[in-house]
Order: sequence, then C-alpha cells, then structure tokens
Amino acid sequence: MDRLAAFGRLGLSVIASLGRSGRFLAGALGGVPRPSVGFPLLLKQLYSVGVLSLAIIVVSGLFIGMVLGLQGYTILSDYGSEAAIGQMIALTLVRELGPVVTALLFAGRAGSALTAEIGLMKTTEQLSSMEMMGVDPLRRVIAPRLWAGFISVPVLAAVFSVVGIWGGMLVGVEWLGVFEGSFWGNMQSSVSFTSDVLNGVVKSLVFGFVCTWIAVYQGYDCVPTSAGISAATTKTVVYSSLAVLGLDFVLTAVMFGDF
Amino acid sequence: MDTSPYIELRDVVFTRGNRRIFDGVSLDIPRGKITAIMGPSGTGKTTLLRLIGGQLKPDSGSISVAGENVPELKRKALYRLREKMGMLFQSGALFTDLSVFENVAFPLRVHTTLPEDMIRDIVLMKLEAVGLRGARDLMPAELSGGMTRRVALARSIALDPELIMYDEPFTGQDPIAMGVLVKLIRDLNSSMGLTSVLVSHDVPESLSICHYACIVADGRIIGDGTPEELRAHPSEQVQQFLRGHPDGPVPFHYPAADAAQDWSMAGRGD
Repeated sequence: MDRLAAFGRLGLSVIASLGRSGRFLAGALGGVPRPSVGFPLLLKQLYSVGVLSLAIIVVSGLFIGMVLGLQGYTILSDYGSEAAIGQMIALTLVRELGPVVTALLFAGRAGSALTAEIGLMKTTEQLSSMEMMGVDPLRRVIAPRLWAGFISVPVLAAVFSVVGIWGGMLVGVEWLGVFEGSFWGNMQSSVSFTSDVLNGVVKSLVFGFVCTWIAVYQGYDCVPTSAGISAATTKTVVYSSLAVLGLDFVLTAVMFGDF
Repeated sequence: MDTSPYIELRDVVFTRGNRRIFDGVSLDIPRGKITAIMGPSGTGKTTLLRLIGGQLKPDSGSISVAGENVPELKRKALYRLREKMGMLFQSGALFTDLSVFENVAFPLRVHTTLPEDMIRDIVLMKLEAVGLRGARDLMPAELSGGMTRRVALARSIALDPELIMYDEPFTGQDPIAMGVLVKLIRDLNSSMGLTSVLVSHDVPESLSICHYACIVADGRIIGDGTPEELRAHPSEQVQQFLRGHPDGPVPFHYPAADAAQDWSMAGRGD
C-alpha cells in the first residue's frame, strides 16, 4: 500500500511540475517587450549562450567529422565505394549528429550555466527583489534567455554540420586521397534540401526549445540552497540529454520512417 | 493629513505545507511611522513582508496596502502597486552583474523614461543620501556587508516609494554599520515621510527607532504598542523575548521524547 501511495505521489508531483513549467513558459513568453528594452537584453544572452558556445561546437564538430571520415573510409573502401564518403558524412551530420550532438553539448555548456545563474539569482533574492521593484523576472530575466537558446541552437547545429563536413573532407580527401570531385559531387546529388537539411533544422529547433526550457525552468524552480542549485544543474543536463535522445527517435521515426 | 493606517491586515491565515505560519493575524501599520515587527527567528516575519508585497497569497484574510486589497489584485495592478513599495532584503539582493551606479539606476530605467543626465543626478543623490556617492563605480562583490545594504537601500528609495520594508536590516552588521543603518532608517522616515516596516529580532536597535512595535510568535501577535508600552507589557512571553531569557514560555529544549528513553536508563542495570 505504501508503495502504491508513493507511486501516486510521484505521479502527482511530476504532473504538478509539468503544469508549473507550462505556466512558467507562458508567463515568460506571453508579453511582447518593448524592442528598445528587450533587444539589448537578448543580445547579451545571445552572446553568453550562443557565441561563447561556439568554441566547443566547432572543436567537437571538427573531430566528429574527422572520425566519420576515417570510419567511413575504412568501411566503404571494403566495397570499393569510398567515393560515397562525402554523401555519408553529410547525411549523418545533417540528419542526426548535427542536431543531436549540438543539443547535448549545448545542455552541458550553456544549459547548466543558465540553470546555475538563475538558481543563484533566486538564492540571493535577486529575482524577489526584482519582483518587489515592480519588474517581472519572467519577462526581464527568463524571456531573453529562452529566446537566446531558441535562436542559438539551430545556428550552432548548422555550424556543427558545416565544420563536421569540412573535417570529414580534410581526412577523406586531403589525407586518404578520395577524389575531391566525387566527394562533393556525390554529396550534392544525394543530400536533399527539404527532406534532409530542413528536417535537421526542425530537429534542432525542437531540441533548442526543449533544452533551454528545461535549463531555465530548473533554475527558476530550484530549491534556493547550494544543494538545491547543484541538484538543479544535474537535472538540467540529465533531463535535457534524455529528452533530446528520446525526441530524436520520435522525430526520426516521423520524418524518415517510411512505413 | 490622512491618518488611516497605510497597511491593514485582517485575520490573515497562511500555511506552508503542514505548518500554520499565521493563524488569524490582524495588524495596522500607521502611515508615515516606523513600525517594527519583532519575534524569534522562524516565526514568519519575512513571510509577513512577502504577504504585504503580494509575493505570497494568504489562505484567507485581507491585506490592504494604500487602500488596495493585495491578494485580489491582478498582475498588472500588483506590479503598479509595487512601484510604491521599496524593500530592503536581508542579503541586499544587489544585481551582481551591474555596478553600484547601475543597480540604483535600474528601477529608474525600467519604470521611467527620464533622460540619462537626470537619471545620473537622481542616482548620485540617492547614493549621497546613504553616504556612498564615492562608491558608484564599484561592483557588488567589492562591497562590505554594510555597504551592500546601504546601496540596496539607495536602490529601494530610487523611485521615492511611499512604503519601505526592511527585512532584518541589522543582522550580521558590525556596531558602526548598525549605527549607520539605524540613522539612515530614522532619517529617511523623517525627511521623506515614508511609512517604514522593520522586521527584526534585534530588540534594542528596533525599539530605539520605531514608533510602534509588535511581537509575533506562534502564528499570532503576542504583544503590540509603543516601545514603552511593550517594555511594561504584562505577558511573560513578551518579556522573555525582550530581555532574551534562555528559558521561559518559549522553552530552552526542543520538544523531545522522555530523556530516560533516549539514554535508555532502563536498560542500564545496576
């Protein structure tokens, strides 16, 4: 009986938390800010969330592309079709690895920072004091961070894919000697803009939305103690990663599963 | 002059989880005076300020501030009412990414469309009032505890509020900083005609500046009146709090099981 009650309690708390996060999102995105106020705040967040994540995205993209080049070459050359390496690298990156790995890195690099920052602002009563000054922290603090995340992730994913393809080219063409013309030519003829590139963009839009929402909500909802912040930061990374991987399967099934 | 109370609480009941924090509190806070709300730690003094500021909603009862019933206000009206309130938080709650100057300028920039040179004048005036005009370019991390609270005070009076609430302003301050804060609270009240609410457990400092005080314990008000009236209050609980006796109606021991059980006297045969 106790177990059943505990299970029920868990279910209720999960649902209550979902409801709170929904209201939180509506509160943050509900208002239309004055551009003269909102734009500088957004720019500042775009810098700290997006621009500062560029380094990790570029470096990871480069290495993943290079690994794809090496692995792809080893496998494809068994069948004498190493010329298809460009197509393989581009499809893997644009459809899957670009959006997914970018979202995972984003959750670790920017999501955890957002959670910790907002959690600390809550703990030090900065959010409360803003409220008491007649400024809604949801609009002032949360909204710019949400929008910055929504905008940054798709752009970062695009950068990731581009750098990855370039890394694959470095290994495949410059090092292993695949003919450059067939590398690019195969890629161009087999990667479709609508079904591959746009679907990848849709994925990264969804991942960006979910990761930023989780990060910002966890910070806002954290228990205002040091242990609370650390728990919230961990939750951000764990929940974001699981959500991204789970959603990726669902989205892939919807987009590419022709059954 | 309007002599009706600025804040009126009527039968306010507030529970958090299973704990009843307030059980029918009624209280009038007079206009233009300093009112001290005192009581042992953990009795919900800060909660009372949050109820007045509308950050928390009571389970029942009414809280009227400047004639408006706070728990029933719509979001927009609540935010407009808050522009008339200043609150000094225990930690100061300065925005750590902004300089002292920008912290004080923050409410002005958000709520007014004043030109930059006028904002500068007002900010410097407010900083001068707390004696920190020279610290305008420092970052919050570079300030001492007392200075942080003074900057926070300058920020909370930036919009010339009608009401200012101080949450434990004296806690953790050295004697000089404490003296400065006492002087500032008194000066602000007399020069600006502010209604001030002071939440504190520092008895001598609070009683030395307030016009009116009340003591909260066990979810209700156990004594109120002018400082003189309180000092002569017949209730033992009030006297214990004012004089700081370690044992009395508020027991020294947290409720515990019978001591004999804990040390298992029974099992220690002879």
